[in-house]
Amino acid sequence: MENNLIPLLPAAEVLLTALTVLVMDLYLREEEKGILAWIGFLGLAIAGGMSLFLWGGREALFGEALRVENFSLFFMLLFLTAAAVTILLSVSYIEEAAIRAGEFYALILFSVFGMILMAAAEDLILFFLGFETMSIAVYILTGMWRERSEASEAAMKYFLVGAFAAGFLLYGIALIYGATGGSTNLGRVAAILSQPKDQWPLLLLAGVFLLFVGLAFKAAAAPFHFWVPDVYEGAPTPVAGFMSVAVKAAAFAAWARIFLHRLSPLQGDWTLPLKVLAILTMTVGNLLAISQSSVKRMLAYSSIAHAGYLLIALVVGGEMGGQALLFYLLSYTAMALGAFGVLGSLKEGAKDNEAYRDLAGLGFKRPFLGAAMALFMLSLAGFPPLGGFTGKFYLFRAAIVAGHLDLAIIGAINSLLSVVFYLKVIVAMYMEQGGAEGKPFSRAPYLYLAVAACLIGTIYLGIFPSAALDLSLKSFASLR
Amino acid sequence: MRDLSLLVFLPTLGALGLLFIPRQQTSALFKAALGASVLTFLEALWILRRFDPAIGGMQFGERAAWIPAYGIDYSVGLDGISLFLVLLTALLSPIAILASWTVRDRIKEYLFFMLVLETGMLGAFVALDLFLFYVFWEVMLVPMYFLIGVWGGERRVYAALKFVLFTMAGSLLMLVAIIYLATRNYQVTQVLTFDLMRISHLHLPHEEQLWLFSAFALSFAIKVPLFPFHTWLPDAHVEAPTAGSVILAGVLLKMGTYGFLRFAIPLFPEAALLAAPVIIALAVIGIIYGALVAMMQDDLKKLVAYSSVSHLGFVMLGLFTFNLLGIEGALYQMLNHGLSTGALFLIVGMIYERRHTRMIADFGGLWKQLPVFSAIFLVVTFSSIGLPGLNGFVGEFLILAGAFHAVPGSAVLAATGVVLGAVYMLWMFRRVVFGPLSRPENQQLQDLSPREVVVIAPIVGLIVFMGIYPQPFLSRMKSSAELVVQRVESQTLAVPVIESEPQREEQAPQGGEQPPEPEEPTPDGK
Repeated sequence: MENNLIPLLPAAEVLLTALTVLVMDLYLREEEKGILAWIGFLGLAIAGGMSLFLWGGREALFGEALRVENFSLFFMLLFLTAAAVTILLSVSYIEEAAIRAGEFYALILFSVFGMILMAAAEDLILFFLGFETMSIAVYILTGMWRERSEASEAAMKYFLVGAFAAGFLLYGIALIYGATGGSTNLGRVAAILSQPKDQWPLLLLAGVFLLFVGLAFKAAAAPFHFWVPDVYEGAPTPVAGFMSVAVKAAAFAAWARIFLHRLSPLQGDWTLPLKVLAILTMTVGNLLAISQSSVKRMLAYSSIAHAGYLLIALVVGGEMGGQALLFYLLSYTAMALGAFGVLGSLKEGAKDNEAYRDLAGLGFKRPFLGAAMALFMLSLAGFPPLGGFTGKFYLFRAAIVAGHLDLAIIGAINSLLSVVFYLKVIVAMYMEQGGAEGKPFSRAPYLYLAVAACLIGTIYLGIFPSAALDLSLKSFASLR
Repeated sequence: MRDLSLLVFLPTLGALGLLFIPRQQTSALFKAALGASVLTFLEALWILRRFDPAIGGMQFGERAAWIPAYGIDYSVGLDGISLFLVLLTALLSPIAILASWTVRDRIKEYLFFMLVLETGMLGAFVALDLFLFYVFWEVMLVPMYFLIGVWGGERRVYAALKFVLFTMAGSLLMLVAIIYLATRNYQVTQVLTFDLMRISHLHLPHEEQLWLFSAFALSFAIKVPLFPFHTWLPDAHVEAPTAGSVILAGVLLKMGTYGFLRFAIPLFPEAALLAAPVIIALAVIGIIYGALVAMMQDDLKKLVAYSSVSHLGFVMLGLFTFNLLGIEGALYQMLNHGLSTGALFLIVGMIYERRHTRMIADFGGLWKQLPVFSAIFLVVTFSSIGLPGLNGFVGEFLILAGAFHAVPGSAVLAATGVVLGAVYMLWMFRRVVFGPLSRPENQQLQDLSPREVVVIAPIVGLIVFMGIYPQPFLSRMKSSAELVVQRVESQTLAVPVIESEPQREEQAPQGGEQPPEPEEPTPDGK
C-alpha cells in the first residue's frame, strides 16, 4: 500500500518553519530578529490553512500509525492557534526579558509538532515520540529566561517530573506491547478489548493504568499536580499560558483518543477512579488558588482546577463527554491564553510583575486590558454569557445526563470557590486605590491584538456557541 | 413587533453608545445614559398601554432558536406578574441615574454598569427560557458587584464579595437544578427544551420535586432575602452608593420573590405546598426579626436595610398563602417596597451628601431647615409604615387578609410586625426631623435642589396614587395571579383547598395609630 503523505502537510509545515527560524536566526543581525516572530506566525497560519483544506478527510498513514481525521485536525487547529497567539503575546515579552528570539520561536514550533503527533497517533510508540518532542521543547522554553534562578529551578523540576511521567508512559507501553503479543497499535489493543471481559490480559490492564498515570501527570491532575505552580511561576508568562492551554489540550487529546475511543470497553472500570481524580483535582486546584498572592501562581492552580472540570468529561465518556471536552478546551484556550497575555503585559524590564497589587489601577489606566482581564476572570469563574460558562454548562449537563449528578453539584460548589480568587483580580484592578502611577503597562500592539482575539473568542463562544458545539461533536464523532 | 427585545436591549445599546463618548464630557455621558433609560421607560409605558388585562398568560411573546442542539431558545414574554416589575425597573433606572448626578469619579464606567444592570434586570423579568433566565440572572450580578465595589463606601470590597458569593451560592445550585430539570423533561417527554411553559407540564415524583424546589428556593431566598439568608443585605446596602442601594432594594430583591412566583411555585407546586409552612414561618420570623433589628440601628441606611428584610417577609408570606388575595397583595407589596424603600434610600443619600453622615444621632430638627425634604420624607415614611391612603396599606392589607384565610396565626404574628414597623420608622423620623435644631452643622444645610425634587417626585406621586386608586394595578395582575393559584390548587392533594374569594371585612389587623378605613382598599372587583 503506498503512502499518501498529503495529510502530513500541516505537521511538516510546522517543522519546516521551525527549522527555517533556526537557520535564519544564524544569519540575521540582532536588530532584525523581530522578523522571526512573523516567519513563525506565517508558518503557523499556512499550516492552519492546510488543516482546513484537509477538513473532512479521513486518512491513515504508516500502517495505521497515524490517523488524520476531523478529530486530529480539530486539535491541530487548536494547537496552531494557541501557538500563534502565544507568539504574538511573546514578541514584546522576550524583548524585555532578553530571551533569544530564534530558539524561542523554534521551540514553540517544535512543541506544536510534537502535539500534533500526540493528537493524531494511533500507535503508542509514535504517540510517545510526539509526547517527548513536545515535552523537551517545553522544558527548554521554561528555562529560557536564564537570568532568573527561578526559571532554571522550574525547568529542572519540570524536567524531573516529566521524566518521571515519561517513565510511566514508556513502561505502560512496554507492558501493552507484551500483552498484545508484539504490537503497540491502538487498533490491536481495541481488538483485544472487544473480547469478553474475562479474556483481557492482566498485563494489558496494568499497562493501561500506567499510561493513565503518565497522562495525568501531563494534564496536571491531582495528585500529580504539585509541579505546576512552581513551573508556571518560573516560566516566562506567555510560555506558562501556552503550557496551561496547549500542553494540557495535547494531553487531553491523547486521553480522548486512547481512552474515550480505543479503550472505551474499559469505561466502566475507570469511572470511579477517574471521578475521584476529577473531584480531587478541581477541589485541590480551587482551594489552593484562593490563598495565592501571585496572580501567576493563582492561574497555575486555576489551570489545575480546570483540568479537574475537563476530567468530568472523561468520566462521562461517549460522544456527549467528548463533545463537552472539546468545547471546553476551546473556550479554555481563549480565556486562559488571554489571562496570561494580560498578565504578561505587566512586565517591566527584567521584572515580572505578577502579584495582585501589581495589577492595581490597570482597570482605569488601560481600560481595554483591564476590561479584557475582567472578562477573562469572569469567564474562568463561569459567569454567563461568556465561553467559560457555556463550557461548564455543557460539562455539567453531560454529567447530569450520564447520571453523575454528584459531579455536577461538586463542580458547581467548586465554581463558587473559584469566584473568590478570580474576583480578587478584579478587586485589584478596579477597587484598589493607586499603584498605577509610573507603571509602564505594555503598549505592544501585537499583545493587544492577541488579547483582543482571545476576548472575541471568549465572548463569541459564550453567546453563539452553536457552531463550535457542532464542530466539537463532529470532530469527536470522526474518531469512530 | 419585537417590543420586549427592544425594551431589554435599549439600555445595552445606550451602554455601548457611552463607549464612544470621551470621558471628559461628563454631562454628555449623563445625558446619553439618561436618554437611554428614559427611552426604555417610554417603551415600557407603551407596552403597558397595549397590555391586555383579560389575558392571564404571556403577551408580547417572542421566540427564536438560540442553541438548537440543546433546545435552548431566546424566549421572552410578559404577563400580569412581570408587567409592573418591568415598569418599576424602567422607572427606577432613570431615577437612579439622575440621582447619581453627584458621582464624579469614573462616571463613564459607572453609567455603563448602570445600563448593563438595567438590561440584566429587565431580561430576567421577561425571560421564559430557564437558560436565558439564568444568563440574565447572572448578568445582573456583575454590574452590581462593580457598583458596590468601586463606588461604594469604606468596606465596599468586602460587601461586594459577600453579595456575589451569597448570590452565586444559591444560583449555581439552581443551575444544576435547571439542567437536571431539562434532562428529566427530556427523559419523560423526549422533547429537549428549557422552555418554562413546556417544562411546567412535567410531573415529577414528590421527592424529586422537593429537591429541585429546594435548589430554586435557596437561590431565590438568598436574593429576597428570607431570614436567615439575609446577612449579606445590610453590608451590601450600607456600602453601596445611593443609586446602587435604590436599585438593589427597589428591583434586585424583587428578583427573588419574582423567582418564587414565576419559577419555583409553578414548576414544583406540590413541593411548594409542602414547604409552605417552613417558608411562612421563616417569613414571619423575618418580619419580626427585621423590625426588631431595625429598631436598634443608629445608621439610617442600616435601618432601611433591615426594614427591607421585614417588608419582604410580608411579600413571602403573601406568596405562600397560595390564594388570590395573598398573591396579589404580595405583588402589590413588591411594587410598594420598590417605591418606598427606593425613595428612602434616595432620601438617605440626599442627606448624606449634605452632611456626610448617616448616623441618626447626628440629626434632629431638620424640619425647620429643610421643609421640602422633611415633607417628602414624611410621605415616604408613612408609605413604608402602611398608612391608609398610601400604597403600603393596600399591599399589607391584602397580604394579611390572604394570610388570615390560609394560616390565621401567621397573620396575627405578622400584624405585630406592622406595629413594630410603625414604631421604628416613626421613632427614626422623630429623631431626624423633629426636636431642636441643635447642631451647628445642620443649621447650614440647603433644602432640596430642583433636580432632587425631580428625582423623587415621581415616586411620591406614585405612592399617593397607588394608595388611593389601586384598581388599575390590581386588575392587570389578577388574571395572571389567578393562574398561579389554579396551578397550585390543581396539585393540592394533602393540603386543604383554601377559599380564595376575597372577603374584605373587618379583620384588618392594621398597626399604627390610624384605624383602617374599610372602604379604602378594594382588592379588585370580583
